[in-house]
Amino acid sequence: MTESWLTQSGAPQSGAPPSWVDGNELAGALAEVFAVDVTTAQGVCAGCGRMAPVAETRVFDRAPGLVARCVGCSAVLLRVVRGPDRIWLDLRGMACVQIAMPGTGGASPDGPGA
Amino acid sequence: MTVVTRGFKGRGTRDAQLPPGQYLTPDFPVLSAGPTPRIDPTGWEFFIATGSGERRTWSWSQLRALPTETVMVDIHCVTKWSKLGTTWDGVSLDTLLADVEPAGDFALVHSYGGYTTNLPVADLTGGRAWVAFRYAGAELDPEHGGPARLLVPHLYFWKSAKWVRGVELLRQDQPGFWESVGYHNYGDPWREQRYWGD
Repeated sequence: MTESWLTQSGAPQSGAPPSWVDGNELAGALAEVFAVDVTTAQGVCAGCGRMAPVAETRVFDRAPGLVARCVGCSAVLLRVVRGPDRIWLDLRGMACVQIAMPGTGGASPDGPGA
Repeated sequence: MTVVTRGFKGRGTRDAQLPPGQYLTPDFPVLSAGPTPRIDPTGWEFFIATGSGERRTWSWSQLRALPTETVMVDIHCVTKWSKLGTTWDGVSLDTLLADVEPAGDFALVHSYGGYTTNLPVADLTGGRAWVAFRYAGAELDPEHGGPARLLVPHLYFWKSAKWVRGVELLRQDQPGFWESVGYHNYGDPWREQRYWGD
């Protein structure tokens, strides 16, 4: 949702480096927490309901933590903060995460009812 | 115009001017948790919600008509860079809060784009916080929070919210964007309050 007072622009301005990278940037931080590669999981945006691979999110990494945003509505899906001896993970922006488990027949990428 | 100078007194050597764990940078790194909002000043508004149902607002022209202060301050980012002697123009929160009776002791600062950060109301007063709209003599670039950002240089710089939209005064403290995911609730760089429990 874009409000009338602004145009959201994560794309590089003229000559400026891009302000975000793709969700594969999350792989290292999340590999410290999860036994599976979460970047291959499908996440459902709690804001707009869009379902997409975590690897396709827009990750703002020039920040005190990693912030993954929905490609569709720009809402925050996931935040990771890495301290010297702790990791904080906030997933409240994802209504659901679907993780394909190898050797169990896989999972539909299209969500329930597909 | 009032000129206030801070940051270059009583600290001796250059290293002594740096909080623990910080390093000096000649640059001004751009950090952001999201896309840079491009805000049209004609639609810009700054609010203070008192917590007792009252809401004050200032348009861009109304803000710029208020007394402006020029301040020279050191800034310290929790990602460990510090920049000394930065110069800003802005309106003191003392001016904006002059006729406001806060309902509580806590403030949640809101930004265009959805960012939030929290701090005690006491840290917004006493000549320690500004709504800044010029940096180094030029209009504040959108990448650095323009048209206006909060400037609270005595705390880590994530508290100096870019694209500031308003301040909500609260009876109970409410953690902001980074404070709710591991970063320290107060964030004093001189006590190296980076993370929860520091």
